[in-house]
Formats: sequence, structure tokens, C-alpha cells
Amino acid sequence: MTDTAEIPLWEVFIRPRNGLAHRHCGSLHAADAEMALQAARDVYTRRGEGQSVWVVPSAQIVASDPQNKDEMFDPAEDKIYRHPTFYDIPEEVGHM
Amino acid sequence: MDAQEALFTNLVRLADDHLILGHRLSEWCGHAPMLEEDLAMPNIALDLIGQARALYTYAGEVEGKGRDEDQIAYLRLEREYNNLLLCERPNGDFAHTMLRQLFFAIFMEAYWDKAQSSSDETIAGIAGKAVKEARYHIRHTGEWTVRLGDGTPESAERLKEAYERLTPYIAELFESDAVTQHNASGNILPDPAELKDEFINTLKPIFAQALLTMPEITTGQSGGRAGRHTEDMGFLLAELQYMQRTYPDMKW
Repeated sequence: MTDTAEIPLWEVFIRPRNGLAHRHCGSLHAADAEMALQAARDVYTRRGEGQSVWVVPSAQIVASDPQNKDEMFDPAEDKIYRHPTFYDIPEEVGHM
Repeated sequence: MDAQEALFTNLVRLADDHLILGHRLSEWCGHAPMLEEDLAMPNIALDLIGQARALYTYAGEVEGKGRDEDQIAYLRLEREYNNLLLCERPNGDFAHTMLRQLFFAIFMEAYWDKAQSSSDETIAGIAGKAVKEARYHIRHTGEWTVRLGDGTPESAERLKEAYERLTPYIAELFESDAVTQHNASGNILPDPAELKDEFINTLKPIFAQALLTMPEITTGQSGGRAGRHTEDMGFLLAELQYMQRTYPDMKW
């Protein structure tokens, strides 16, 4: 295998069926957007998984810093009233 | 020549093209320049071998002597294979493999597109599935051809060398004889000679972007349809047939 250091990394998102959202399923190397789309098709949809494919340059993804985890996520911990568990749901409604 | 013989001969020619080129492509498995291509090339190989299976199976039915796909695919002698010489050319480098596949895919896309309206239902069915696969093969190998041709000096040089080596094998794609004419007259299978303009029209924009000049398609290497192969064919068959020859009728 050749050195892929110079070939950009892409993140792949696949939508399995109509009505479902695209889900991240992995990454790959490709020189440009068209080749990334084709590689995504060849690597990630071989077993009929896909209806639609998105590819995004990995460098374009802005990620939260794990070091800021506490200030990002801890404040939500004691706000139990944000969970919709204080309502009575009539039987007829079924699974929501 | 009767209709049954013409159809059988033509189906085996087509099946041989797909089996032999599919086998060649499968030789890349585990050796591709990057992981993404290591999946893309065997994907194409599997498309081709799938098409070969459908064609051999139908050829066996048409022949009516009880031969199945494996018996026709694996148990013939070299001179009895009637594939295009293009399909048996060794892989060479990546540019060579991509260009060989591009030529074949462009030709087969035009062929299957026409065969979709065949008066033979089985052929129309095979064509309907295969034409979609061939379109993707054009897209994949066409994009690579453009990137290699208009890439680095080395990639352009290698593509050019592949072009020099492979263009002599294009003319054979369009060969027409009593077999193809018989099937074309019954609207069973297309006559390859009629697909030349479409081939040129599809190839032209790709070559323009890849900075290659269009080849003159007049004459070239020939003989595949008569079973006269290049030296490389025997080595290919030795590997392809090994298991069936060593363990006849084996299954797994």
C-alpha cells in the first residue's frame, strides 16, 4: 500500500432507508469529492445498505474538545425536568 | 448456421469476455495501491463474474446437452475460449488496468443498453441488470483515467503508455461475423459493428479531459473470437482451471 498521508481523509454518512437520517459509518482516503463518493459506495454500501451517501472532508468537522467535557455536558445532568417523564400518556397513543 | 448454434456461440463469447476480464481484475485483490481500490476492483470483478455466470448458465440451456456454468467455464481448452484479446491482457500497472476496463465498460454499456430490448426475455433480463453495473464501471474507470491523464507527469506518462499498448485491441470489439449478424437480424443480440459511434461518443469527453487524443479505430489485433490467443492466456487458464482440473466436479 502506498503512503496515504497526502491523500485527504473523508467522513462517510449513509442513509439506509427513506425517512431515516444519514448516519456516520466510517472514513476513507480519497483525492477529491467525486472519488470519495465512489470509494464510499465501494467500501460501505456493498451489502445494499444505502439509499444515499454523503462525504465530508474530515478536516471540515469541528469537534468538541474532550478536555472541556465537564463544562459542556455536566450542567445538563441535574435538569431532570427536561426529560418528558412527568406527563401521563394515554394508552391509546402507544409507543412514542 | 442454425439459430440455436448462433445463440450458443454468441453467449459463450460474451461469457468468456466477462469471465476472463473478471479473473484478471480479481488478480488485484490484496495488491491495489490503496484500500479503497482494493475493494473497488474486486467489486467490478464480481459484477463481471456474475454476468458471466448468467450467460454460461443460459448458454448451457440453449445448448441442451446438460452442461452447467462450471463445465462450460472451466473445462475447455485454450483454443475453445472465444474472448476478446483485450480481456486477457495482463494487468500491467494501475493505469493500464483502468484504461482496459474503461474500453470494455464503454463498449458493454452500449451493448447491454441495446440488448435490453432483445426479443429474448432471458437476454433482456441479464442486460437490464448488467447495464447498470457497466455504467458504474465507466464512471469509476473514467474518473480515474481523467485523474491519471491530467495528474502528475508520471501518471500521465503511465496512462500514455497504457494507451499505446491497449489501443491495438479496440478494433476487435466491433468485429461482426455470421454469428453476430444472425443474432442481430432476429433482434436477439446487438451487432457489435453498430456500436462504434456510441463508443466513440462516450470515450471522447473522457479522453479530452484526460489529455489523450482519440485513437483511429480501423484495424488491430484480432483472433480472440476464433480462439487464437496471446501468450498470456495459457498462464491465466492454468490458474483459473486449476481447482476443477485437479478435483473434477468439486463443490464448496
